[in-house]
Amino acid sequence: MEAKKYLEDITEIKNMMSRSSRFISLSGLSGVMAGIYALIGAFIAKLLIDDHLQSVKSHQDLPKAGLYEIIGYSDLISNLFLIAISVALLAILTGLILTIRKAKKSGEDIWDASSKRLILNFLIPLIAGGLFCLVLLQYGYVGLVASATLIFYGLACVNASKYTLGDIRYLGIANIIIGLMATQFIGYGLYFWALGFGAFHIIYGALMYFKHDKK
Amino acid sequence: MSIINNINKAFDHRIRLGIMSILMVNDYADFNLLKDLLGATDGNLASHVKALEKEEYIKVEKQFIGRKPNTRYSFTTLGKNEFKKHIDALEKLIGK
Repeated sequence: MEAKKYLEDITEIKNMMSRSSRFISLSGLSGVMAGIYALIGAFIAKLLIDDHLQSVKSHQDLPKAGLYEIIGYSDLISNLFLIAISVALLAILTGLILTIRKAKKSGEDIWDASSKRLILNFLIPLIAGGLFCLVLLQYGYVGLVASATLIFYGLACVNASKYTLGDIRYLGIANIIIGLMATQFIGYGLYFWALGFGAFHIIYGALMYFKHDKK
Repeated sequence: MSIINNINKAFDHRIRLGIMSILMVNDYADFNLLKDLLGATDGNLASHVKALEKEEYIKVEKQFIGRKPNTRYSFTTLGKNEFKKHIDALEKLIGK
């Protein structure tokens, strides 16, 4: 009888500690949607890259072939950049809408101390990574951009995991691992991208959805 | 016997336990945050806060944010140590 009351006390303590310090309304479904956007983005990127390689091949025996290649290449890079930005914006927007909806349902404030802390700690590694990727592009290390985005995104997830439900930690670790692996397979960055931002997000989102949302 | 001694009567209530738990993981918490998280009424929460304040386990800071009065709480070193002892005692009792 006594022991049962003490156990309840401990549960209450844990509950209050996590409710007051972690933002728990992060939507799992938004993870799935982000993954789907990433896969669509990767698919379009793959088509563009193939298209570019094809046109490089067909212009190979023309004079000024090198010029075509360079012009096509810079077009390709800016198009890929556009795709990446659109995927990120769509994912953030969807995440925001679904999270607001979930927060309303569970009565959690969307903009309180815990969500601010979560966003801040998520953004620190992410912004550092974003700037670092711009530097990579500046010096022409395009091949390492995919790895760097995955690694920094992974670090952002691990860092954010202290301020929300813990599962995001594993998403982060998985992304760091494949980001590091991708450094050894330069030229296949897109596949690692699709795996990390696409497949892993879908798995993570689905797990979160069944574990926390579907109650 | 010594374990039982560490069970602190001051924490022997759900609301007081909640206040201390929240303060353990946050630098400070204001009255409304505590109220929302604990689902307590103003009067109920105030009386428990007062009890903890009287034991000098928590500190009260009254200030103004703009024109609104705001009361925020943080715990004292004494409160932190006592609460840790309390949790340890609880865990040992369950562990048996």
